[in-house]
Amino acid sequence: MRLRLVPKETSFDFFNRSRLWLGISAFLMGLAFVSFFLQGLNYGIDFRGGTTIRTVAEQPIDVGAYRDAISPLNLGDVSIVEIQDPQFAANENVASVTIGAQEGEEAADSTVVQDVIAALQTIDPTARVQAVESIGPAISAELVRTAAIAVLLAIFAVLVYIWLRFEWQFALGAVAALVHDVVLTIGIFSELQIQFDLPIIAALLTIVGYSLNDTVVVFDRVRENLRKYKKKELKDVLNISINETLSRTVMTSVTTLLALISLYVLGGDVIRGFVFAMIWGVIVGTYSSVFVASAILLALGVKRDWSKPDNNAGNQFANVDA
Amino acid sequence: MLQIEVWQRVMIWLVIAFGALLAMPNAFYTTVDAHNTALTQIERNGTTPELEADVAAWPDYLPSGIVNLGLDLRGGASLLTEIQLEDVYQSRMVGFWQEVFQALNAERPNIGTFRRQSIENGEIRVRLTERPDQIERAMEIVRGLSRPTLSLTGGPSSDIEVRAEGDVIVIGLSEAEKQQIDDLTMQQSLEVIRRRIDAYGTREPTIQRQGDDRILVQVPGDVSTDDLESLLSRTARLSFHPVVRSTSDPQARVSVGQLLLPDAEREGAFYILEEREVVSGQDLVDSRPTFQDGRPAVNFRFNSAGGAIFGRHTAENIGALFAIVLDGEVISAPRIQTAITGGSGVITGEFTLQESAELAILLRSGALPAGLDVLQKQDVGPDLGEDSINAGRIACIVAFIAVLVFMFLSYGRFGLFANVALIINVILIFGLLSLIGATLTLPGIAGIVLTIGMAVDANVLIFERIKEELKSSKGPARAIELGYERALSAIIDANITTFITALILYVMGSGPVRGFAITLGLGIITSVFTAIFVTRLFVVMWFEYRRPKTIEV
Repeated sequence: MRLRLVPKETSFDFFNRSRLWLGISAFLMGLAFVSFFLQGLNYGIDFRGGTTIRTVAEQPIDVGAYRDAISPLNLGDVSIVEIQDPQFAANENVASVTIGAQEGEEAADSTVVQDVIAALQTIDPTARVQAVESIGPAISAELVRTAAIAVLLAIFAVLVYIWLRFEWQFALGAVAALVHDVVLTIGIFSELQIQFDLPIIAALLTIVGYSLNDTVVVFDRVRENLRKYKKKELKDVLNISINETLSRTVMTSVTTLLALISLYVLGGDVIRGFVFAMIWGVIVGTYSSVFVASAILLALGVKRDWSKPDNNAGNQFANVDA
Repeated sequence: MLQIEVWQRVMIWLVIAFGALLAMPNAFYTTVDAHNTALTQIERNGTTPELEADVAAWPDYLPSGIVNLGLDLRGGASLLTEIQLEDVYQSRMVGFWQEVFQALNAERPNIGTFRRQSIENGEIRVRLTERPDQIERAMEIVRGLSRPTLSLTGGPSSDIEVRAEGDVIVIGLSEAEKQQIDDLTMQQSLEVIRRRIDAYGTREPTIQRQGDDRILVQVPGDVSTDDLESLLSRTARLSFHPVVRSTSDPQARVSVGQLLLPDAEREGAFYILEEREVVSGQDLVDSRPTFQDGRPAVNFRFNSAGGAIFGRHTAENIGALFAIVLDGEVISAPRIQTAITGGSGVITGEFTLQESAELAILLRSGALPAGLDVLQKQDVGPDLGEDSINAGRIACIVAFIAVLVFMFLSYGRFGLFANVALIINVILIFGLLSLIGATLTLPGIAGIVLTIGMAVDANVLIFERIKEELKSSKGPARAIELGYERALSAIIDANITTFITALILYVMGSGPVRGFAITLGLGIITSVFTAIFVTRLFVVMWFEYRRPKTIEV
């Protein structure tokens, strides 16, 4: 008996409510923008400079008491978060203390860290430092710049690749889906105020890669079916293609999610934000390759006859059987 | 039609065997790690029976490359520093002033009197006080002092640039010379930092140049960035100067060619010294902690040139004071009792035992050519590292099992083929990581887990395609063949696009992000290989053996 997530034959119509889905996507993207501009992102020290001290103590953490102990040090903007993880022992209470960059300094002085831990030890003598990371404003400015360039470069590279292999309508559809995924991921980080640090950028790029992977598989089938069904309407060809690849789309998403969820639950708190971004991205990316990329392809229309080489299309790579 | 040439089969098996051989040392991580560490120790400090035993524990004929664990997985300290290249420009101009002064002084009858206004930001400013109209001539004289240097384009060029601002001559370094200085300074800094860290006795430090003016220092183990900072933050520039007089006035007037420096220990005590140094730390060949009159001290030995100069100076100046200056402070200023001709001496001061040991390391390693700023630092406690690697390992195993079970449930026999290929895939990733000596970080583990999830994609594409081809009622052999053939373009397109993003991450990213990009990129390569070649080989072998009339995917 085989496990079957998708029936053997499907013939869903993915476009009879295409406007509704595009509308929902547009609405969610709008929401993401509003959230981004109203409350912004909860940037980690990677992006604004500062010092994060990870402390462990045996007694439960009282964030208020920690704050009171540290405030006499006059370190400016201090945030204290208790970190929870199912794998921590009962007497393992972890907190993350983040201090903004200090005036006129790059990386924080070691005395700052010592002062903080000394202050915490007045409330809980067992408190100790487990890890410290300190980033100067010069580096963080640089990181923001390269991160932004990396994401834009990735989207651009993909645009060019798809354009070479398919046609510009496909490229636009794929890139619209990518932008959709990136915007929604940034949006949820802003809405839930999850810390946004450097690995999240890596997650964003991976989402770009994954979402594209999905879109390309559908498009590849669309191209094949356009050759096969020369008389059918574009809408029908798209529907057939999506239905034919549906089983694969679901299978791959499920295996990827299985792996990511085990990492989310068991992989420790240090990379949880990163994994969360990817889980969200896989879900959004799968949705967008059907409801955004293909819907836009349908709206833009496409060259129908792929059987003979077309010099006007200007891409000799389209028929390369790689 | 369904066949694979014999040589292709051999190649596939060879690649798998080679990958497995490269990955194997990771299964015996502690033994191999001890073996490698012992080898470097022996090379550096000579051998001991314990080290020999560690070496012998792993046979030489087996590969010994293992995946390096990043600091976030094993704990340690990381420091990103920026070298203050401007310091070097400045000290270069300070040294150059002597030459400028002599040259201009010799032409005094023609150009009249002149005064040094300042040496700041790597520029000397000299004002012609008497005959400003002679500025062209004075500039010519200064230009005459320039030396050729290699320009950026490879041709010869001058090392200084001279320009006029009214009656002031401004002398600075040319771009070509700055470039030369930058390269040299970075090389020297790397060497000095390496010597200091090595002398400190940690194992496997990473010391790398990053960009134009940065150096990354990473030391694994139970080391903190505080330790590293105290070792690296001092330039440890040592020099010996004749003392003009001592004073307690911090505002005391000094004439040109003299320096006012504070005493390192006594607050409010100052010395006026001659700017010219008799000998400097560059002439030191060795330095060790020692005791003088029962107190910790540091001894040093000059090279022959330094020893000769030092001997001559002490012989000619018996009874005078001379100052030992370290990083702009006078650490001691003894009176010369006799000529010191042996080429060695002792520095005494208010040292603790640890300070004398550290000073000896600093002097022995040489001075940093410039000061450095710490831009970024990271401390990971070994316990956190251990937690992370354990969590990562468990997550990997669970993800692996979940995907294996799911694939088997969905595709039966074909799922099993894909599963074996997936196991081979992970082995190949570890083999490649060991081969290129990559560093595994926590995000890197995430990359592997993600690859496990995504690696089956290529197989899924193929299997789904075979299912479809079966529906159009071709024979099983034909369906399998078409399945592979027709899924190929989608597999290639999908993986190339993902690979592009991994590549961009690798090029643009730093540290942890790069670790993720490496495992993701390698994972894409190995998963395409296993899907197109390995599972196919399994399917074909099974097919040849069983010759089924019908298949179920």
